[in-house]
This record gives sequence, structure tokens and C-alpha cells, in this order.
Amino acid sequence: MGTGYLALTNADRETMLRAIGVASIDELFADIPEQARLKRELELPPPASEVELERELTGLASRNVHTGQELSFLGAGVYDHYVPAIVEAVISRPEFLTAYTPYQPELSQGILQAIFEYQTVICELTGMEVSNASGYDGATVAADACFMAAHVTGRKKIAVAETVNPQVRQVVKTYAPGFGLEIVEVPHTDGVTDPDAFLAAAQDAAAAIFQQPNFFGCLEAAPDLARAASEAGALAVAHVDPLSLGVLEAPGNYGCQIAIGEGQAAGNRLSFGGPHFGFLAAKKDLIRRMPGRITGQTVDRAGRRGFVLTFQTREQHIRREKATSNITTNQSLCALAGLVYLSWLGPRGLRELGETCLGLAELAKSKIGLPLAFDAPFFKEFAVRTKRHSEEVVREAKKLGVNPGYPLGRDYPGLENVLLISLTEKRSPADIERLAEVLGEVLA
Amino acid sequence: MSEWRELPLIFELSKPGRSACSLPRYELPKAEVPAALARAEAPRLPELAEPDLARHFSALADRNFGVDSGFYPLGSCTMKYNPRLNERLAALPGFADLHPHQSPEDAQGALELCFQLQEALAEISGLDAVTLQPAAGSQGELTGLMLVRAYFQDEGELEQRRKVVVPDTAHGTNPASVTMAGFELQPVKTDARGNLDLEDLRCVVGPDTAALMLTNPSTLGLFEEGIVELARIFHEAGALLYYDGANLNAVCGISRPGDMGFDVVHFNLHKTFSTPHGGGGPGAGPVAVRRELEPFLPAPRIVRAKDGALSLDSKRPKSIGRVRGFLGPFGVLVKAYAFIRVYGPALKEMSEVAVLNANYLLSRLKDVYELRYDRLCKHEFVLSAATLKREHGISALDVAKRLMDYGIHPPTVYFPLVVPEALMIEPTETESLETLDGFVDAMRRIAAEAADTPELLHQAPHGRPVERLDEAAAVKRAIVRYEFEASAPTSG
Repeated sequence: MGTGYLALTNADRETMLRAIGVASIDELFADIPEQARLKRELELPPPASEVELERELTGLASRNVHTGQELSFLGAGVYDHYVPAIVEAVISRPEFLTAYTPYQPELSQGILQAIFEYQTVICELTGMEVSNASGYDGATVAADACFMAAHVTGRKKIAVAETVNPQVRQVVKTYAPGFGLEIVEVPHTDGVTDPDAFLAAAQDAAAAIFQQPNFFGCLEAAPDLARAASEAGALAVAHVDPLSLGVLEAPGNYGCQIAIGEGQAAGNRLSFGGPHFGFLAAKKDLIRRMPGRITGQTVDRAGRRGFVLTFQTREQHIRREKATSNITTNQSLCALAGLVYLSWLGPRGLRELGETCLGLAELAKSKIGLPLAFDAPFFKEFAVRTKRHSEEVVREAKKLGVNPGYPLGRDYPGLENVLLISLTEKRSPADIERLAEVLGEVLA
Repeated sequence: MSEWRELPLIFELSKPGRSACSLPRYELPKAEVPAALARAEAPRLPELAEPDLARHFSALADRNFGVDSGFYPLGSCTMKYNPRLNERLAALPGFADLHPHQSPEDAQGALELCFQLQEALAEISGLDAVTLQPAAGSQGELTGLMLVRAYFQDEGELEQRRKVVVPDTAHGTNPASVTMAGFELQPVKTDARGNLDLEDLRCVVGPDTAALMLTNPSTLGLFEEGIVELARIFHEAGALLYYDGANLNAVCGISRPGDMGFDVVHFNLHKTFSTPHGGGGPGAGPVAVRRELEPFLPAPRIVRAKDGALSLDSKRPKSIGRVRGFLGPFGVLVKAYAFIRVYGPALKEMSEVAVLNANYLLSRLKDVYELRYDRLCKHEFVLSAATLKREHGISALDVAKRLMDYGIHPPTVYFPLVVPEALMIEPTETESLETLDGFVDAMRRIAAEAADTPELLHQAPHGRPVERLDEAAAVKRAIVRYEFEASAPTSG
């Protein structure tokens, strides 16, 4: 017998083979043609016991430098915010953890109601009227938004600001040929997007996408960008940091039709890039073009309130090749973590967190004393000019136990000497002193 | 269990002024965003103290059902036990607190795990190269079709090869992925034995065919007996073969997609390799390809230098690009890697037992429920409640709902579409004989109840938090978020 995950004894197996009417397990595979069979063992490392496995993976984990081991100011799309214990307590409940998609509502009211609450929280954050149950991440929901916009407007072009996260733009470009879409990028002017340039690019576009705060940490003139998109007849799509929305206006309140974003910062650990969740919310008239699951409220036979997956005629299992998306599995558990986290924060906590990030970033800017790369105001991230290549700055600073940020030259030619520094409430004023000290030393 | 009460929404438990959060209060300079960008009205997030938050989500969990709650034979979803050790391993600080922008030299352990997992998946699929980027099975499908597209573009044949052949038994994701990848759907029929209809196929495969998308074993739980001939037909026409790995749990270590003739395969790590599905995700949908397709895989690729060090290569001119952020859903990859390490070559036994369990259930149920294709099955099988429907007015849905009364999660119902009143049953390898016998008893009793007490089935489930829900009303009313209007404003 193999592992402790298999319950059948040898006697059980004999009993079962007799019931089936075959002499051996091999006979169960008689329908597999000879040429298609593997005639040797799989070449995989021999089975590991739990003790050995834990030793092996602890060893692998120890070869990584995590945020508990170096003082890190890395952000650039994924952020080291605090994850409260209540989040992990909830998402490790086996009734949530080990369930499949809620196809049977009577056995799934827990996750269905949670998704309904999640949809509400996302709508409240973004100022939108409908939200789906989550997408894969902050990048794929941008591709989803393009697909929606192309269907709604019948147009075949997407305008996207160059200040949108490079990975988001890359994913949009990967999806574009299949959708028959052309992508036009709008260059930045001193770190932000010029509304006139955005308007020009948005002509004939299905959607015009910008990010707030943008990838450089700068605050865009978001209401002007939304207005420019609408003026050109494109859907205005804002990619937003959910944790900025206690202090920054919601996209739905300044004219955007779709709001998307990366949900990681809300209750999900860094995990080397995933699993996290993307969120996608929109104005009500777009509901039938939305991709992904949507939970709706209804009543049972006895008139009690209950929740079901709804608007399923949009979806692949019914519409097949005419569906709004192929998505089935989404990121429910990560979205649940987001719901628990945002409920833990509440409106006051969200605002307080935003103010703390603003204050920390302001403090870091003045303590570090390096010239800002761009003049625009910022939220929790800002870009500074270093007189050396920023990759070198990172390398040197790491030797002193500080990871000072993200070198923007990786994605933006011409910005090789620019470093993006990110703050969360997990970094203290004392940590900022240390960052300033180390950068001073490295750049002396 | 009649004590279920309607559970308030979290917003109905809110009271202005309450908060669960605990944030540091540093001495900081006053900083504000420009007035034109500042939030005017606070979002109405819930306002609860932590004890009530804990109770609310605990009550929600009580109203949910997972593999740990009971038998979950949901066809094509491979609801096997999710080893708890793997949760602990994925949560190790060296993994869970590792920033994805960390420099590769300080992420060697994570890259090593990804690299080893790629090697293992290549061996299991019988193919040459693997990407771990896709976030789920359906994104794996789409990625696979994008690879097919890029391959034919490179060959200068994309204009000509527009069609992707998909059987009528396929998951709905297949045709949807075909559209999203910019191809046209070419459906083909199933023959009387449940195989692809080779005659039908020969008529449709030609110079305009890009690929076949096939789930093998199919959603009927049947191995495609003509697979070798099928592969020949497509390859001779210059087309590629795509393997939907949803049902890979039947054949690990027994028959590899690469050996069957497939060129592109996606895996569902949340099915075959036991990573928990979390009530709808996260999943992971890695894709394996034959050598010829490797240049097109998503960037970046993990590459090993002569000294053994791993780094990321983004300079991949032929790559389709990125399909998701970073390297993939890393936390899920850790759990799948751990699962594969526990089995090693004994993954074959995993599949054997999965198939044994399915055939045992089939042999004990086929005299009471109709079986359209009377063959040995693989990891799952499809029964029909058509007779119960005709004779007693009991539908597959009634049977499904009544199973809940026996503490069992229903099978997949009304799919695949080629079987009327379908009940698609997949026990997986991790169930005991006692559990399987309990299911057989329940299913046989339900068949008897259909004749004796049909009303009991129409009214099922009993004693759950809700009775059957009005899905039409959900669409008509379109309430997809809590309406605050009637309630008190929150503080901000």
C-alpha cells in the first residue's frame, strides 16, 4: 500500500475486484491501447515520509530571504501589509478550504453568502454597482475588462497608460490577438498620464485603462483621465489599489465604468506572487457582459433569504463558445481572505491605514533626502533618483540587510537610476531611519 | 438540524463606531492627498469587533460543506482529501513571506521547487517543457491554445488553420477557450461506445484544422480507445493535439498524454495533485508541451546555470508573453509539489485505486440507474436518472438533493450533455470501502424512495439552512450586492 492518504486494505481491494468481476486491477485498464501505455515506472524521486518532506521543504524555504529576514521596501504591485490572524483562522476552516465551487447552494450557503458580502465590499470600495466573485489576479482582470469593453462598444482598440503595472500590460497584450484587439500605450509625462494624450489615444478605443496610484506610485489626475476616456466614447477603466480607497476617491464616483485591481494587499500573504485575487467591478448595465461567477440573492421555497450563483447564462457551461469568458475556477478563498480583512479594517481602519501609509511615505521621502524622480503627489510608494544604477544600489543595500525597493529600469528604459520605494504599516519610523542610513552609505 | 436560522449579512451586524482592527500609531508628519482626488464619502465596510467577526464567519463555515465534511463525488472535480501537511508547508515564512520581486539569488529555494515541479510534471505528462504560470485549468487551456496559435503563426499557417475540433462531451470551458484564443469551434460527435466518432472526424479534419482538444478519459469516464489512430489523423493533417488534464487522475504512471500522441497538456493541480479548491479557487493550471513548442511558452522561464544557480530568462522572442503575474500561483505549487513527493512513482497506485473505486461503484449501481455506455470506466462514470424520471417523475436534481439528506455531496448533474438526466460520479482514490458502500446504500435507497415516497425527494433536501432556491427569481431580481438604503449610515 502506498501512502497514508489511501484507505483501502488489500482485502478491500480483493472484495471490490470480485464485485466488479475482474481478476486484477490491470484488467481495469484493458481499454488503453498498447502503444499508449507507459511500460516503466515514473522517474520521480522515491516517496517521502511526512518527516522527510517537512525537512526537505523547510530546507528549500530557508534558501529564500523573506520579509522577516531583511528590512524590505519592495512593493511594485505586491505589498507587505499585515495579515491579521483572524483571516488565516477563517480561511483554514475545512468547510471553506476543502469545498469546490458552490454548484449545490443548499450545501454552500456559507461561501455563497461570503461571496455576496465580498461583492458588496468591492462595490463599496470602488463606487460600483456590480462585482464578480473574483478573477485570477490584478493582471488577468485587465484582460477581462478589455474583452467586456470590446463586446460593449464593438471597437477593436485598447488604450492603456504606460504607467500601468508592466505585468498588467503584458497580460493584456498576450490576450489581445485572440480577442482581435490592438493595444496602444500612452507614454507618461513626468511620471503621470497627460489627459490630452489619453483622450487622443482613446479615440475609437473600446477601453482606456489607467492605474491609480500608478506604477511609479504617483497619483494620476484620475477624474480627468476618466473624463477623457468617456469623451472619446471608450469605457474608462481604473486599476486601483484597494487599500488606497479610504483616502482616494472611488473610480465609480468620478466617471469610470469599470474598476479592477490586485486584491493581494487585502489579507493575502506575498507567497512569491500567488495565489492572490483580482477584483472586477462595474456599473450595473454591464452585468451581462461580465466574466466569472456572480452570486445573487433569492428566496427558498419557504420564503427564506438564500444565495445562488446567478446570471449563469453568461457562462461557459451553458453558453460554451459564446460565453463571456472561459473562467470557472477563480480565487474564492483569496477573495474570502480579502473580505475578512476588509471587515476587520472597517471604514475607519481603512482610512487610518491609508493615512499611515501617506505619513510613512512622506517621512521616508524627507529622511532619505534623495531627489524625487517625478513631481506628482504619491500615496504609499515614491520614486527617487539615485546617482548610481538602481540595481547596484539594491545589491549594495542588501548586503547591509536592507532591500531598498524596486529598480524601475527593469521595465522602463531611461529610468535605470530610479528606485521605487514602498511603505506599509509594517515599516516603522525607526525602519525608515535605517533605510535612510543605508542609502546614505551606499550612495556616499 | 431544524435549528438553522436566517443568518444576518455582515452589514446587518454593523454598528457605527465599532472596529476589529489594530494598527500601529506612529508619530508621522501630516500628509494628505490633493483635495480633488480625496475620498468624499467613506465606503460602507462592515463595522464589527473581532469576536463578532469570528462568530459570523464561523457561522458561515457551518453552512458550507467540504471534503472534510463528507463524501464529495463531484464528477470531473476530483475531490480527494487535501493533506494538511501541505498547508503548513506552503505557510512557511520562507515561502509565504517571500516577495515575488525578490532577487533570484535570494529566492533560490522557491525557484528550485518550481524547477523540480516542472521536471516532475514533464515526466508525468510524457512531454518536454512546462510552464507553471496559468492560474487555473481554464487559463491553462487558453494558454495551450495561444501556444498552438503562436506555433502556426511561426510556421506561416495561422491564416489557414482556423478550426479547433472539440467533442460534444467536452467541458464548456473548451469551446469558450477556443473563442478566446481567436479560433473557430468544430464540434464532433460521440459514437455508440462513447468514443469519438472516427468517421465524423475524418470528414472534418483537414488543412484548416489547428488542433484537437480532448479530455481523456472523457467526461463520460471512458478512455478514448481510438486514441492512437486519432493522433495519427491529426498529425497527418499537420494539426496539433491538446490534452485537457481535468481527468488525469485516471492515468498517472499508466498512460501519459505525450505517449498517447498529445503535444500540449494542461494540468489541474487542484484536482489531480490535491491542492484544496477553497470553495471555488485558487487553482493552478500548468501547461506541458513537446520540444517544438517550448520557444512559445510564457516568459519568464526558469533557467539553470552551469553552477546550478537558477535565474529568470525574460528574453524570449517567440514567447506568447505573460498570462498572469509573476511565476504562477506559487503557494498552490508548493502543495502540489509536496503531494507528488509523498507518492513518487506510486502515483500509479493513486490512479489505480481511483479507477478501482469508480468501477466498484459502477458495478454496484448499474442495475438501479441506467448506464448508457456499458464499459469499464476509468476514474468516473455517468449514470442516468432517465428511468426514474419517466416512471416516477424523479429527476437527476431530485436524486442529487436527496443525497444531501444522507450527508453526501451530490455528483455533477446534467453533464455531460449527451446523457439525459446525467449523474456524473467520481469517488477518487482517498475513499474507504465503508464510505463507498454508504454511497451505494444511499443511491439504492433513493431509487426505492422514488417509487414509494416521491414527495420526499421532490422536497429534498431536508434540514439544511435553506430549501431549494428560486434561481429564476435571482436573475429577475438581480440583487448582487447588499442594498444599504434601508439601513443606518456608517461612520467614516
